[in-house]
Amino acid sequence: MKEITSAIQLIPLQHYIILSVTLFSIGMMGVLFRRNIIAILMCLELMFNSANLLLAAFSAYHSDPSGQVFVFFIMIVAAAEVAVGLSIVVMMKRNVESVDINLLNRLKW
Amino acid sequence: MVEQIPNINLAWLVPAFPLLGFLITGLANKRLKHNQAGIIASAMVLLSFLVSVILFFILRSSGQNEATITLFSWISIGGMNIPFAFLIDHLSLTMMLIVTGVGALIHIYSIGYMHDDERVNSFFAQMNLFTFSMLLLVMGANYLVLFIGWEGVGLCSYLLIGFWFKNPAYNYAARKAFVMNRIGDLGFILGIILLFFTFKTVTFSEIFAQALGFQAGAPVITLITLLLLVGAVGKSAQIPLFTWLPDAMAGPTPVSALIHAATMVTAGIYMIARSSILYNLAPFTLNVIIVIGLATAIIAALIGLKQNDIKKVLAYSTVSQLGYMFLALGLGAYSAGVFHVTTHAFFKALLFLGAGSVIHAMGGEQDIRKMGGLRKKMPLTYFTFLVATLAISGIPPFSGFFSKDLILSKAFEHSIILYILALGGALITCFYMFRLLYLVFFGEQRLAGAHPHESPKVMTIPLLILSVLSIFGGFLNIPSLFGGDSKFSTYLQSAVVSKAPEELSHSTEIGLILGSLVLLGLVIFFAYRTFVSKSFIPAKDGEPMSFFSKLIYNKFYIDEMYTAVFEKPFGYLSDFFYNKVENTVLDPVVDEIGFTTARVGTLLRKLQQGNMSFYLFAMVAGILLFIIFILIV
Repeated sequence: MKEITSAIQLIPLQHYIILSVTLFSIGMMGVLFRRNIIAILMCLELMFNSANLLLAAFSAYHSDPSGQVFVFFIMIVAAAEVAVGLSIVVMMKRNVESVDINLLNRLKW
Repeated sequence: MVEQIPNINLAWLVPAFPLLGFLITGLANKRLKHNQAGIIASAMVLLSFLVSVILFFILRSSGQNEATITLFSWISIGGMNIPFAFLIDHLSLTMMLIVTGVGALIHIYSIGYMHDDERVNSFFAQMNLFTFSMLLLVMGANYLVLFIGWEGVGLCSYLLIGFWFKNPAYNYAARKAFVMNRIGDLGFILGIILLFFTFKTVTFSEIFAQALGFQAGAPVITLITLLLLVGAVGKSAQIPLFTWLPDAMAGPTPVSALIHAATMVTAGIYMIARSSILYNLAPFTLNVIIVIGLATAIIAALIGLKQNDIKKVLAYSTVSQLGYMFLALGLGAYSAGVFHVTTHAFFKALLFLGAGSVIHAMGGEQDIRKMGGLRKKMPLTYFTFLVATLAISGIPPFSGFFSKDLILSKAFEHSIILYILALGGALITCFYMFRLLYLVFFGEQRLAGAHPHESPKVMTIPLLILSVLSIFGGFLNIPSLFGGDSKFSTYLQSAVVSKAPEELSHSTEIGLILGSLVLLGLVIFFAYRTFVSKSFIPAKDGEPMSFFSKLIYNKFYIDEMYTAVFEKPFGYLSDFFYNKVENTVLDPVVDEIGFTTARVGTLLRKLQQGNMSFYLFAMVAGILLFIIFILIV
């Protein structure tokens, strides 16, 4: 445990922040501009994990384990969310024979 | 704290019985058999009469003068605490006995009178509600409870005057009564509000205790009494708000009896007598009352001279007698006013029920020009009607003599002009009452094809009881002149503060009485000559009349004047507001607001296109904008 913490601290904190912001932005762009629902779900995971990464980094730098515990919780929630999300994808594939979200535009005025 | 009188709490039963009767006959009105309602309703009022009598004796034996029964705390906000309480004292007991006693007789009479009406059950429900409201009015221990009764009475009069609502004219009469009463009520409400502002309470005893600290003629007291007077003028049908009462004849005859004799119109008198302490502090208001009362007494009596509808004559005589009661109140002789209320309740109920009996016998005919010769056909009705006529004319020893003489002698104490005017009114009263009596019961029967018959016992027995009361009711208050001790006035003294009487010398009083008796005798003789010996019958509707009779016949054109001065301009104003303000300004503005909303909605719904990427984009853009906003500010 001690080694991991010191290993994390080998890299400066700014680098983690830059990496995390980059990952988050990529994820957001993917969510906004991709049409494939599976890709969107993956981008969503990317955004989650960028946040997790930052949590773990701060946790190590502050010597406070609660940040890492929190990461585990987020992972669990994300897993549950993916389970629901993927089942929606399956249903979508069965009903409209496609995974293009622009086909799902019937819920409007 | 005075000691609680045992069993005085029975008082809540008095209004509870008519209320129960109203609920039974009102709710089960379709299930009850024909005329069952009448028996239930009459029994209820009779029961409350019995309880009132018991209360009378309880209070008498307790040696105390008043008792307050608090049922529950009604309004309690901050410092304001208004209990729902009854005040039992000599004044309210007197009124309770009149309301329930005369009311019960009228109820019993109605069983016979309304026998053939299809809505007889609702009739009795409304009569019971009427009695209940009136009891609340006279028993309330503060102005608010009084006010509930006051409004309840107004509502019931509306319902009962318009009882035969299929006739539009009757509906109009009911509305008129209601609106006229509302005008008075407005003054009454303002008076109560001002009372509350001044005294911070509406309970009688607390107000009267505080009022003693005011100077006589204090402006606020004068204003309060004037506002309360407006209410009383509306309810007791005085000038200028009296025109509803004659129109109230549209209702069934027992209703007229109930409104005119036992309830409703006496409310104003009761309220002023109840507030006697306040009125004593306002000499200006008392003078106003004298003027109103006297003017009403004489004008209504004059109108009564030329009316040809049996009930209209009686209606104007009620207005006129109420004028006398007001005169007594204005003179500060409150107990004389209440005494006249009492005797008037007896003989006016008798007159109306007698008239009802006549109308019943004539098959609904009310025009006295078509009656005549009923003396032999309906001896019992004739006898009772004669008694009532003698009583209202003030012939000794009938009850009206004592009460009217009391008022006249008070007027004499005040000023001789007042006395002459009041006596003049009394003579006119005597003339038109005997005109009515002679036209209806003497001479030949003028309506061909009618077969008058005596009314059934259920109607004649109340008549007999009332005629006994009309004959002997006056003995309640025998003045010292005849060796009595004015029991009634003494009895009321604890509740009503009358001005100190200046005793007239007995010789003056005897002179006055003899003078008025001679005049009354002459009037009766004159009426006999005109209507019996010469068998004069009033002109038919179309025939030309002298200017003065025409003026009187048309009731001084007061109704027409009100129509021209109030109704018409109000109609024009409403038309103006409808056509100009409503149709050209308000309506378009309101419409435009609605249309604009709809148009904006049509535009905005384009945003809702169902495209998920767009929603996500909007969401992210929103969050970004929000963050930027936070960072900048």
